Amino acid sequence: MSTKAKEILAITIIVIFCLIFYIRKVNGGEGILFSSLVAWLVIGAMVLSLVWILILTIRGRLISRRVVFIYVGIALALPLFMPFTQRIPISPEVRALYNSVETLKPGSKVLISFDFDPPSAPELQPMAESFIRLCFERDLKVIIMGLWPQGPQQANMALEKVLSDEKMKVKNLQYGEDYVNLGFQTGNEFVIQRMGSSFESMFPTDYRGTAYDSLPLVRNVKNFSNIDYSFNLSAGFPGSVEWVQIAVDRYGVQLGLGNTAVQAPQMYTYLNAGQITGILGGMNGGAEFEFLCKYKGKATKFMLSQSFAHMIVIAFIIIGNVAFFLGGRKSALKKS
Amino acid sequence: MRREIPLIITGIVGVGFVIQYFIPHAPFSYMSDWFSDWFSIVGACAIVLGALNLMKMSAQKVIRKKKDWGYALVIIASFLLIVIIGLSEGKDFRVPGTRFDWLYNYMYIPLSATMFAILAFFVASASYRAFRARNFEATLLLVAAFFVMLGRVPVGDVLSGFMPEGWRLSDLASWVMNYPQSAGQRAIMIGIGLGIVSTSLRVILGIERSHIGGGK
Amino acid sequence: MEHFALWLAAFLTLGIISFLYKDNAWYKLTEAIFVGLSAGYWFVTLFWDNFYGKFWIGKGEHAYLYVGAFLGLLMLLRLIPKIGWISRWPLSFIVGATSGLWLINYFSSNIMKQVQATIFPLFSSQYGAGFDAGAATVIGNLVIFLGTFTGLVYFFFSKEHKGAFGYTAKVGIWVIMITFGASFGYTVMSRMSLFIGRIDFLLSDWLGMIL
Repeated sequence: MSTKAKEILAITIIVIFCLIFYIRKVNGGEGILFSSLVAWLVIGAMVLSLVWILILTIRGRLISRRVVFIYVGIALALPLFMPFTQRIPISPEVRALYNSVETLKPGSKVLISFDFDPPSAPELQPMAESFIRLCFERDLKVIIMGLWPQGPQQANMALEKVLSDEKMKVKNLQYGEDYVNLGFQTGNEFVIQRMGSSFESMFPTDYRGTAYDSLPLVRNVKNFSNIDYSFNLSAGFPGSVEWVQIAVDRYGVQLGLGNTAVQAPQMYTYLNAGQITGILGGMNGGAEFEFLCKYKGKATKFMLSQSFAHMIVIAFIIIGNVAFFLGGRKSALKKS
Repeated sequence: MRREIPLIITGIVGVGFVIQYFIPHAPFSYMSDWFSDWFSIVGACAIVLGALNLMKMSAQKVIRKKKDWGYALVIIASFLLIVIIGLSEGKDFRVPGTRFDWLYNYMYIPLSATMFAILAFFVASASYRAFRARNFEATLLLVAAFFVMLGRVPVGDVLSGFMPEGWRLSDLASWVMNYPQSAGQRAIMIGIGLGIVSTSLRVILGIERSHIGGGK
Repeated sequence: MEHFALWLAAFLTLGIISFLYKDNAWYKLTEAIFVGLSAGYWFVTLFWDNFYGKFWIGKGEHAYLYVGAFLGLLMLLRLIPKIGWISRWPLSFIVGATSGLWLINYFSSNIMKQVQATIFPLFSSQYGAGFDAGAATVIGNLVIFLGTFTGLVYFFFSKEHKGAFGYTAKVGIWVIMITFGASFGYTVMSRMSLFIGRIDFLLSDWLGMIL
């Protein structure tokens, strides 16, 4: 069979598979959950196949990158069907952030800057949802903005999810009074700099085009001195570094950070220097925060997949290294 | 004239921001506010310039029927699609339920999110092929990575459950992040900071001229 | 419409994922759509959030904004090759403003504040409080101080890394390696999280396979 024919066959099988499951979903079919036995069998099969890969690699046969891709895909997808639950340990930096919000009095104004776009949403969106939920539970007023154009739209999604909760519906939260979305503004760190003297100058309207003065929540918010706490959800530049440099160090804002895992290590320096109140780093940070907020969101749900993925990467590093040291001089690994 | 004016502008604006930090009162505070507002507008125009430039290049590719011109046509079509819908929606263009929001949810999010997500596979593949404990330094790197990768997910504490409280993998990962990692990051941060400060000074004083094409 | 939307999103997602197999026409198509949509997204957002907000809603109140608009127009002249050189003026403005702001910000937050946070009493939790810090804090403080110091020594290339200076730099590179290792671990965490998000869309939102 030619490669082209194989490709067409593979695509056809995938499409049929997807159609079957889609029709099943449309007809009210429920999700799939493995039994513990099946889950352990799957894990066992994976471990055995990794041992086989180790043997192959020691013999000098480097497996193709597509095989590694398949393993990563399986390690990320299959745990979503497994029934295991894990205890999430809480790190001090996450607890510190939670405590700093807990100390705020009801009615305090919290500024949340959504400085990320959809690629980082799996890490930051759960943090956004649990943070907004915590603010509303504690009767804090939420002011949203974004230094990234997609930020305010991600904020809308988070708000929609939080406000659809029965607990929140009872509170009858009103746009413009309890929360407001100021939208996006260009200018990167200069937006923060300008907000030090005037919020309105940078955000003459909210994201719906309503004039700043017409919004009761922010009408009396002139600059950072009227903000009690600030939370920055950041995936890069402009983001946390700029918020620390300008909002914290120049204008004395109390700041907590929610970062992608790529950005988080750098922020520990600011934490150690006392410039920020706490960090939520990556999806794990989000899961820890959800645990403290007594809410099971997507970060908690995906922790098992995250654990499996880390184990697979570690397994491949170990396989590569064992083969490197045990393999002969002509080993493919030594050449690579 | 073509070089002097840009150098003067750079110098005045740069010095203006430096003075404003030390004297945050009128007239310097006004200067900083105005410059920040202008920066926001010029920055927006720079991005618009980038978008228009992309259209110009794509149009040229289509007109001259260069290789893969069909994809250039797709770029133009998708640009026009979102721009026409976005501008016709009015100032409420982003409100949930609009056509712009539909495009964002069902086209923009899947594309942008998946584009970055596939990096996961290349990280794993590179780890298998290139991450070797060849010497002591590389071993340190590897061990730190293991501690963090295991300690930062719940499975770390499952594996180290036999250890006393405070000595499990999550605690060790926390310690690595808060102390040696922070110290290394701080050294890098100070180094980069010194580089940025010296480069900024060179730019403001007109020694560094690459942004205006270099030369004297 | 809901069905179409989900299948469209899945088609685009799988198109990008197909790159893992090899570079192909499906991937190139989705890539081109992404490029066009991104540019258009920025264009629309900037129009409403920046230009509309500043020049329609607040018109007449802040006349100085028109200077910014003028500089912005000069930037667009780059599209006309003959007078494109004028775009250096707004570019110089951007570079000057960034340099001025960064000079102070980085010096204050990333240098002075960090040095201040590194040099502190090792055996007390705060200045003048006596010997009240626990063993863990003392060790942590020492690691921070020595790690930062040796790390900085490693980055000092004006002196040859020999003798005591060389040994100090050696310790510095160990600290930097631990930092890179931790960063690598976090990078793996981040990349995996992003793909979990896409799997969640495919298996849960699209195919309804996950509970």
